[in-house]
Amino acid sequence: MTQFLSLLLNGLSLGAIYALIALGFVIIFKASEVTSFMQGSLLLLGAYLMGRLHESLGFWGAVAVGIAGSAIAAMVVERLLINRLRGAPVISLAILTIGVDLIIVTELTRRIGSDILNLGHPWGGRAISIGGIGMTTNRALAIVVAGVLIGALFLTFKFSSWGISMRAAAEDGEAAALMGIHMGRVSMFAWMLAGVLAAVAGLFAVGAPTPGVTPAVATVALSALPAAILGGLDSTGGALVGGILIGLAEAMAAGYQDQIAFLGRGFGDVVPYVVMVAVLLVRPSGLFGTREMTRV
Amino acid sequence: MSETTTVREPQPREKAPRRAARSRGRLVRLVALLVLVAVLMLLPLYVQEFWLRTGFAVFAAIIGALGLNLLVGTTGQLSLGHAFFLAVGAVTYTYVSGLPGGTANPYDGLGWPPLVGMVLGVIAAGAMGVLFSPIAARLRGIYLGIASLGLVFIGEHVLNTWTSVTGGFNGRLVPGFSLFGFSFGGSDSPYLEVLGVPFGQAERLWYLGLALCIAASWFAANLLRSRPGRALQTLRDSEVAASVMGVDVPAYKARAFLVSSMYAGLAGVLYALSIGSVAPDSFGLTLSVQFLAMIVLGGLGSVTGSIMGAAFVSALPLVFQQYAGSLPFIVNPGQPGIVASQAAAFLYGAAIVLVVLFEPGGLAGLARRLRRPTRAPGDRSATTSGADPDQVTQPAQADSSTIGDNE
Repeated sequence: MTQFLSLLLNGLSLGAIYALIALGFVIIFKASEVTSFMQGSLLLLGAYLMGRLHESLGFWGAVAVGIAGSAIAAMVVERLLINRLRGAPVISLAILTIGVDLIIVTELTRRIGSDILNLGHPWGGRAISIGGIGMTTNRALAIVVAGVLIGALFLTFKFSSWGISMRAAAEDGEAAALMGIHMGRVSMFAWMLAGVLAAVAGLFAVGAPTPGVTPAVATVALSALPAAILGGLDSTGGALVGGILIGLAEAMAAGYQDQIAFLGRGFGDVVPYVVMVAVLLVRPSGLFGTREMTRV
Repeated sequence: MSETTTVREPQPREKAPRRAARSRGRLVRLVALLVLVAVLMLLPLYVQEFWLRTGFAVFAAIIGALGLNLLVGTTGQLSLGHAFFLAVGAVTYTYVSGLPGGTANPYDGLGWPPLVGMVLGVIAAGAMGVLFSPIAARLRGIYLGIASLGLVFIGEHVLNTWTSVTGGFNGRLVPGFSLFGFSFGGSDSPYLEVLGVPFGQAERLWYLGLALCIAASWFAANLLRSRPGRALQTLRDSEVAASVMGVDVPAYKARAFLVSSMYAGLAGVLYALSIGSVAPDSFGLTLSVQFLAMIVLGGLGSVTGSIMGAAFVSALPLVFQQYAGSLPFIVNPGQPGIVASQAAAFLYGAAIVLVVLFEPGGLAGLARRLRRPTRAPGDRSATTSGADPDQVTQPAQADSSTIGDNE
């Protein structure tokens, strides 16, 4: 039972990290109709900046620079590339982001080399115990911060004028533009926000129990793709549910590895995709995604 | 791309000269093609072994790219799972034709003739494509792309786990190919010499790759012009329109997956022969992305585009590697600087971005655009779709809602 509760908590924290990234996907998709495959590189960029700069700027300074760096990178991509290609086929835009991702990840991989950058989290590798169940402080903080951030975002979507603009843009881009909503600005802000979310996810994804920043960290974002998809690409609530579902499933599969040994070692890593394919078979637009309708 | 949709009404008086121009264009293309094939046939007599090995890798990539382009470019079904189908082909071939072995991780093998292994590899990949098609038929656009991404990761896990067939993490050696006793592998039996040039493994594989590649391109080009090919293009441009015109949408999607994954299976067999041993690492997401890069660079929906893109993306890292010493910026692994594979990744990453930004038709579109101004202004006949088989397969750019997700 203790093991189950511990896995539950760890899965929840993993899910919180996934939810942050998945939310980035969803925001970008809603505001600009682009599926961004470059969240992984934004996450890695943020973590890399934090890892390189924390000695000279201090931890909090480095975190600020890392978050700003990811947001600016996302903004530059949106301004220079995505904004010019409004109305291009969805597949072309997705492939474009794969190209950008390739460039950024290759460059960062080259810079990191075989190092493992440490972020120097002030909470380090300490662990806390909640009712006899242990987890690292880093993972516990991830739940808290992600919870606060996601809560704030949901309020923003609901009440701020940008949030309303974004929902209008997602509903019907043309009508929104005709009503005087500045589509470019909505899209730019969405991309920056996704950059911020990716960097925050990176901050916690590279903390204990993960050793530090390695190029492999970018694959965390790939596991968040199934989270976004299974929740429904255009549903912010779906991203949250999907992230937590994927996080829990992955933690459980890794924790009960011995019981499911017939599926092979390391099955936990593929669980996100297995869950996603299973959900998509039943609901092709994800759990909360808008059903596709064809009007003739 | 507006000319793809223009239908010119028949004008009887112009008919004769136009037909003459068209047949002249066709003749020029045919001659150019024959010259190209002749040059490729003669090349092994003159160039070094490195180029022949690179060439074989390129042939393998071309076959894979043709298959992916049929699916993504022609039918409009985004797939990131191409590496998975290559893996199925490669592993089936090594299992069926390979012998049991392995010291740390023992693995089995049937030891059947390599030709049987190759055919079974293609069939197995096709079968996996058909198995996946019920999922594919339900999903659209990006949802399909990410579901197929799942295939790659699940496939990699299976490769790592199913050690008796795949050899597990370390992989297994690929048995050499041979055809009715004529070996394409390491043993040069029977000995063959042409014009004083001994034909070793590299030369033999070159011709094998060339022959398969020509057959694959020919089949793809004919498929695009045939009735099913037109159906697939209609399906890409609008599923609603396609179904209204009597195209069985799920069936055609399944067939597109079948053909595409069979191409991938064949490419997988050749890829395995080219790299010599198959390990799960060789069939990761990177490979899928490389294939996507090939078809985007070359031109979506175009056979010549697939060929050009595949040649560019697959040869680039090998050439960089070979000439690392004489190229500026590129260093050998272990030194600070850019190693060959990274330089290649930068280059084709940037190329993808530039192509999507400035020339959505890819290299094939660029070639078409360069060819056009040389014609006399009044001579519109050469731009009708019939003269250029590539042109008809261009996606209709204006209609963005067709591949869109939620509308």
